[in-house]
Amino acid sequence: MTAAILHALASHWWRNPLQLITLLAGLTLATALWSGVQAINAEARASYDAAAATLGEGQFLQLAPRDGAVIDHATYVALRRAGWLVSPVIEGRLGQVRLVGLEPLTAPGGIGPVDPQGGADLGRFLAGEGQIFARAETLVQLPTTGAQHVENPDVAPNTAITDIGLAQRILGRGDEIDQLILSPDQPLNRRPLEEVAPDLMQIAPQDGSDVARLTDSFHLNLTAFGLLSFAVGLFIVHGAIGLAFEQRRSVVRTLRALGAPLARLIALMAVELGLLALMAGGIGVALGYVMAAALMPDVAASLRGLYGADVSGQLTLRPAWWLSGFAIALGGTAVAAGGALWSLARMPLLAGGQAWAAGMSRRWTVQAALSLTLLVLSGAFVIWGKGLLAGFGMLGALLVGGALALPPLLVALIAAVATRAKTPVPQWFWADTRQQVPGLSLALMALLLAMAANVGVSTMVSSFRLTFTGFLDQRLASELYVTAADSAQADAILAVASSQADAVLPLMNVDRTIAALPAQIYAARDHATYRDNWRFLRSVPDVWQRLAQGEGVLINEQLFRRAKLDLGSPVRLGTGITLPVLGVYGDYGNPLGQVIVTESLFRSLFPDVIALRFGLRVDPDQIEALRINLREMAGVAESAMIDQASIKALSLSVFERTFAVTAALNVLTLAVAGFAILMSLLTLAAMRLPQLAPVWALGLTRRGLAVMDLLRAVVLALLTAVMALPLGLALAWALLAVVNVEAFGWRLPMYFFPLDYLRLVGLALMAAAFAAAWPAWRLSRIPPAQLLGVFRHER
Amino acid sequence: MNVKAFVALLLLPLAAMAQGFAGLGTDADNFSQPVPGRALNFPADHGAHPDYRIEWWYLTANMTGPDGTPYGLQWTLFRSALAPQDGQGWDTPQLWMGHAAITTPDAHHVAERLARGGIGQAGVVASPFSAWIDNWGMEGPDINILRLTASGSDFAYDVNLQATGPLVKHGQDGYSVKSAAGQASYYYSQPFYELSGTLTLPDGQIPVTGTAWLDREWSSQPLAADQTGWDWFSLSFDSGDKLMGFVLRGSQDYTAATWISADGQATPFADGAFTATALARHSIAGRRVPTTWKIRFPARGIDATVTALNPDAWMATSVPYWEGPITISGSHTGVGYLEMTGYDD
Repeated sequence: MTAAILHALASHWWRNPLQLITLLAGLTLATALWSGVQAINAEARASYDAAAATLGEGQFLQLAPRDGAVIDHATYVALRRAGWLVSPVIEGRLGQVRLVGLEPLTAPGGIGPVDPQGGADLGRFLAGEGQIFARAETLVQLPTTGAQHVENPDVAPNTAITDIGLAQRILGRGDEIDQLILSPDQPLNRRPLEEVAPDLMQIAPQDGSDVARLTDSFHLNLTAFGLLSFAVGLFIVHGAIGLAFEQRRSVVRTLRALGAPLARLIALMAVELGLLALMAGGIGVALGYVMAAALMPDVAASLRGLYGADVSGQLTLRPAWWLSGFAIALGGTAVAAGGALWSLARMPLLAGGQAWAAGMSRRWTVQAALSLTLLVLSGAFVIWGKGLLAGFGMLGALLVGGALALPPLLVALIAAVATRAKTPVPQWFWADTRQQVPGLSLALMALLLAMAANVGVSTMVSSFRLTFTGFLDQRLASELYVTAADSAQADAILAVASSQADAVLPLMNVDRTIAALPAQIYAARDHATYRDNWRFLRSVPDVWQRLAQGEGVLINEQLFRRAKLDLGSPVRLGTGITLPVLGVYGDYGNPLGQVIVTESLFRSLFPDVIALRFGLRVDPDQIEALRINLREMAGVAESAMIDQASIKALSLSVFERTFAVTAALNVLTLAVAGFAILMSLLTLAAMRLPQLAPVWALGLTRRGLAVMDLLRAVVLALLTAVMALPLGLALAWALLAVVNVEAFGWRLPMYFFPLDYLRLVGLALMAAAFAAAWPAWRLSRIPPAQLLGVFRHER
Repeated sequence: MNVKAFVALLLLPLAAMAQGFAGLGTDADNFSQPVPGRALNFPADHGAHPDYRIEWWYLTANMTGPDGTPYGLQWTLFRSALAPQDGQGWDTPQLWMGHAAITTPDAHHVAERLARGGIGQAGVVASPFSAWIDNWGMEGPDINILRLTASGSDFAYDVNLQATGPLVKHGQDGYSVKSAAGQASYYYSQPFYELSGTLTLPDGQIPVTGTAWLDREWSSQPLAADQTGWDWFSLSFDSGDKLMGFVLRGSQDYTAATWISADGQATPFADGAFTATALARHSIAGRRVPTTWKIRFPARGIDATVTALNPDAWMATSVPYWEGPITISGSHTGVGYLEMTGYDD
């Protein structure tokens, strides 16, 4: 009998291949979006782990300098001689590459990837020209230093590892050490840290892993998008399954009448769905992989641009990820089909199909109450919430609350309009529209979410872009930027520039810990370029004048927010030098804290730092001539000079790449929502015949009915779009004022883009009309016999 | 990464472990070579010889606690050069390795330290004498009066040493031949230390007294290419006489010995005068290591059995070996130390 039941069930799919394809497509899409996002996250996390393993950040305690202090060889040796098993680490940037210097003899086990079987000639690693280990794609980016380049796939992406001595030499850092890693097995009889190195403090392993913490927000963001896409994909699956089960009611009834047990029927249908889910899951996971592989380079660029995190642009296959893809496909199908199977199980043996209950008012009341609760909760998060999770909690509550509010609002709105209809046809139209809200509610909620996400994210991105462009105009005021290879060339550049440029602004900085956060201290020359161009978020009066007199420092917004430093707060720059904050400036796109001091103070604090980079003010017409002179007279390579326009273009291209992923996911979500509407309408079309037949019999033409259906879809989409707009703007506000502040350390002003919103509404209407066109066309061509059949017998 | 493998390779300038234990059989490149007839010069020779590839300051002690429990102690500083120069900074080609251990009848505590030369983390100064790595030290006004300290995660010691006899030169006035092919090292000892101090063990502190023996040796290629390891004995007889004897295992075993009378007179003996035969082997760290030996030294009528105080005295360090206190029975009685290298799994 099992075979006969299976045959009967399967025959449905033979007769409705499109339904089968829709079901598979929905499930595939949902799985693909979800697992694609997961793949990206997993790859990035693996990269962080590899990077953290390089320094043992996630694994070992560390000693780091207190504010403004540095660790030198003397401190290191003093600690070792006091019994402290510490190993020195230095890191810096060589162009785009993160260069890490380790001391292999003292590094605790598990640090660094240098495997002697992988070509490590230890004599060469430690002495002489040295060796640098990195992935092949990283090695090609390294400048020639005389050191032997050794390819090693285990090194973290975009990271190069070498001996500490060589790293100090290449980075020009003298005998500086950035941090000391504490071996887990410390000996008896150590002298206390306060006695040996009072300027150092112990840092717990998790605190050291800044990158993973910083990027949490980014990945939470992606995960949220993945979940949203998955939810919208499930709407499609739900629609397709609902339709299939609806149409198979008569088959089920017949089978049961022939003696097939209900339990076996249900079990077989579950098995059938399980097989479909596995098939779709497989395709979805594969598609997700392709999608993730395509997006990965952009994600890697984003993470580097925003956080300075080094993530591989290539994707590796991970078994856990395959399994989670299948699991989510099966789970999603179960969720989507649960209702259908349940109602099938409770269907009286001989009852016909009346899918949607008439008395929905109680359900709307409950849903409205739930929605209100969630919206209040979202507000509570805004007022009392702290941290990134609260921010996302607020977003979640806002979106779900908004979506749940949609159907009750629609019903209330339609009811209000319906009372104004005086003639029978409009009255029927509104009544019928209201009748359809339950069936369409999921699809409309999907549309609402997709649109709100679109409005919110595009407002955030566009606001960011506007702010960022303005910020670039302020900050990149010099017409030409030149980098010298060494101090001799720096002198040559100064000689050329002093006669040919209007002003020379040296760019000097050191890496220091400020308020227990990684930060950089920059020197600013007292010059009109800064005074005229820089805008402060807040500042004391005569800020530039007071800065020039060395009375205080400027800090970026990241330090202001993360370290809670405000005007007047003391900033410790080194032993015995503490200055108040005079101003706070926006510093978008920078993962680090920043402190600016006047040039003379900088030179007295850090006499060893030589200016190698210069901003040159020059008449735009003279840039080319200056370039030529710098090349010919100072021997500056073309690659060491970049003009303002090129830097801006570069920065903006990084910016655009950063949000390419968001844009791609946005479009996909909207497409999926349109698809959901199509599926819901197809489902409804089959179920609505009993309602349409009497109206047709009363004299409305099929064409007229079809036009009304099309109109109804557009009206419902319009109402949804109108409601999506405020939700989307609330979302944008939350992203800009709550999530961004928590995640990046800066708050962006919010701008409005009405034309963009209008275009989006148009797009949504088109999607709805497009989705409704085919069911409407089918209705206009439905054979009258089928409509008549409604009166002849139950379906 | 396997840090131990890494370090092993590091210290031993080549991956050619087959070429003698710990790479000691590798070619000497531009390093200085020991030559016969060079007079040892003190106190300068107590210090480091960076132009030689390898060198050590090797102290072992046999001690007893207040209840008569025997203990052993080891303090060793190795120097290994990648190139025959010294200097300042990270790229100085001098590497240092320290080993410290306490052996009790039923436990063996080991610690290891590694350091680069050139930055002050480890080194040796001849006068006033100071040898150190991290917080471990062997320091005093001169080589005869020393304070010895070391600590690991589960043990520590702090003992004072006072020499009661003269320095002893092995071989030909300190030129000690190690193979028939002529490989050699400079080798002298101070076997006459009286020791008193404190051991810190997991159960608490133990005051100890005893005797200690310092070996000083440096060379650039002490082993022949076919020699795979050695068994080295330092024996202190109850009579006050002492015997240093070693067997270098190769295609042909090579032995040498020095008889040190109680008054410090040293007599070197050439290949064959001293023999050691393994009587019983003990399984440790996947190796079969002989921890009971028959010692024969007919020149002084010695025919004795040497037994490890604790056969588990395995040094699980970057370059692993067996090192521990022993007791002597048979024709003569006494205590001593045994070192066995090159017992690979």
